[in-house]
Amino acid sequence: MRQKILKMIEHNSRINTGELAVLLGVEEIDIINQIAAMEAEGVICGYHTLIDWDKTYIEKVSALIEVRATPKRGQGFESIAERIYKYPEVSSVFLISGAYDLLITLEGKSLKEVSMFVSDKLSTLDSVLSTATHFILKKYKDHGTILTKKYEDKRELITP
Amino acid sequence: MRNPLADKVVNIKPSGIRKFFDIVIEMKDAISLGVGEPDFDTPWHIRDEGIYSLEKGRTFYTSNAGLKELKVEICRYLNRKMNLTYDADHEVIVTVGGSEAIDIGLRAMINPGEEVLIPQPSYVSYEPCALLADAVPVIIELKAENEFRLTKKELLEHITDKTKVLILPFPNNPTGGIMERSDLEAIAEVIIEKDLFVISDEIYAELTYLDERHVSIAELPGMWERTIVINGFSKAYAMTGWRLGYACGPANIIEQMIKIHQYAIMCAPTTSQYAAVAALRDGDEDVAGMREEYNQRRRYLMNAFREMRLECFEPYGAFYVFPCIKEFGMTSEEFATRFLTEEKVAVVPGTAFGDCGEGFLRISYAYSLDNLKTAVDRLQLFVERLREEQRIKEN
Repeated sequence: MRQKILKMIEHNSRINTGELAVLLGVEEIDIINQIAAMEAEGVICGYHTLIDWDKTYIEKVSALIEVRATPKRGQGFESIAERIYKYPEVSSVFLISGAYDLLITLEGKSLKEVSMFVSDKLSTLDSVLSTATHFILKKYKDHGTILTKKYEDKRELITP
Repeated sequence: MRNPLADKVVNIKPSGIRKFFDIVIEMKDAISLGVGEPDFDTPWHIRDEGIYSLEKGRTFYTSNAGLKELKVEICRYLNRKMNLTYDADHEVIVTVGGSEAIDIGLRAMINPGEEVLIPQPSYVSYEPCALLADAVPVIIELKAENEFRLTKKELLEHITDKTKVLILPFPNNPTGGIMERSDLEAIAEVIIEKDLFVISDEIYAELTYLDERHVSIAELPGMWERTIVINGFSKAYAMTGWRLGYACGPANIIEQMIKIHQYAIMCAPTTSQYAAVAALRDGDEDVAGMREEYNQRRRYLMNAFREMRLECFEPYGAFYVFPCIKEFGMTSEEFATRFLTEEKVAVVPGTAFGDCGEGFLRISYAYSLDNLKTAVDRLQLFVERLREEQRIKEN
C-alpha cells in the first residue's frame, strides 16, 4: 500500500486522504496512519509545488553545475557536499558517477548572481578542483510533468 | 433505374450511437464521457517500434494470416495469461481490429437461417454482423440483478434446434460486467450438451479489477475445440487507431476465416503488426499501469454514485459503469439528451446497445480524473434537479 500511496502523492501532494482512500479502495484511517509513519521515518521528506517560473513575472535563473572535488580521507565527499548544500541558493546536491563528482542545481535571480556564486564561493573551496556551469534555458518537462503543452483530447466525442 | 441497394443492408438499423453523436457534435463546449476507447496514448516503445519498421522499409503485405513473429507472440501471450495453447501456424489469424474477427468468424461458421445467440446490452456490431452473415440473431436480454452476467437459465431458454453460435461479450461493453470462472462453467455445460460454438469477444480481457484474473471460456474442459477467442490491442495497449486484433481457435475454423480475410482484406496493417510484437513482448507493465489508473477512476465513480444515491451495480471489467436511471421516470435517451443540453455532458443511452439497455446509461471512465470530477459535479446537480422536479410533481 505504501508504494501506491507514494506513487499517488508524488504527483499530487494536495490530494486529500479521503479521496486517496476511495481511489485506492482502502480505509482512510490506514492512509492517514501510513502517511504519518512515512513522515516520521523520513520516507516523505516534504511537500513541494511544481512551478513554471517562466510563466510568472519573477526573474529566476537556474543552473546545473558539475563539480570535480577531492574526497577527504575517512569521509569521502560528505564534508564537501555538506559545505556546499548549506548555501541557501543551492537547491540540490547529488553525488554522481562518471566524469565529475558532484552535481549541483542552483537558483539565482540573475546570471550574474549565479556566476558570482560559482567564482566567489564554490571555486574557492579547498577541495573543489574544477567546475562547469550550465544555465537552464527552458524547461520542457519537470518532475514527470510536461510544462510546454496542454493535454488535448483528440478522440471523437462518442464512439461505440 | 433499378434500386441499387441490397435489402439485407438497407434493413439494418442505423447505429443508436451514431444518432446521439450527431446531437453531441452540435454542442461546442460539451464534455464527453461517451468514448469507447482509452484516453492514454499508445506507450512510446510500441509507437517507436512502428516508426522503426517504417524506417526499415517494412511497408509490404505480410502473409494473410499475419506476421509469423506476431502470431508466435500472440500464442505465448495467451499461454502466459490464460493457459491457452494455440499453434501459431494454423490456429491464429491477425485481423483488422477485433471487429473484423467478429465479422469473419460469423461468416465462416453460419449457414443461412442458423441462429446466433447475442446477449445484450453489448457491443453494437454483433447483430448487424450476424444479419450480414445470413444468420438469425436471437437476443438474450441480460439483467441488472445478475450484474449483466449470462446465466445458464437464460441461455437454455433461448436455444432451439437452429442455434449454432453463442457470442460471449465479456468483459462487457457497455455494462462493465464480467463472467467469472464459475459463471462460465455453468454455461459451458449447456454449450457442450447442446453442441454449440462460442465466439468469445475478450477484447477487454486485460481490464478486470478483481483479484482473480480474467478467465477465457476456452480454458474450460471441452470448450477449446468449440471456441473462437477474439482479442486485440486496442483496449489493453491503447492502440485503437492501429486497427489490430486477432482470433484463435481450432484450425478448421481459422482456415476458413483466413480465406475470407485473404479475399476481403489481404492482411492486417504491417506497421501495426510490428508495433504489436513490441506490445506483447514488453507491454505488461504498461498495461498494469493503465489498469491501475482505470481502477482508481472506477472506484471514484462508484463512490460518487453511492453518495448521490444513484443505483449502479459494481462493474469489474472494461472501462464503463452502467448506472440505472429508472427512478427518474424517463427513457435513457430523454435523460441523456437533457443531461447534454442542460449540463453539457455527453453520455451514451443504454439503448444504443440493445433494447434491454433501456433505463441505463453507459458512462466511460477512459477520462482523466479531473475530467470525471467535473462531470460528476454536473451529474449531481442534474440528478438533484430531477429529484426536485419529481417532488413538485407529486405534491
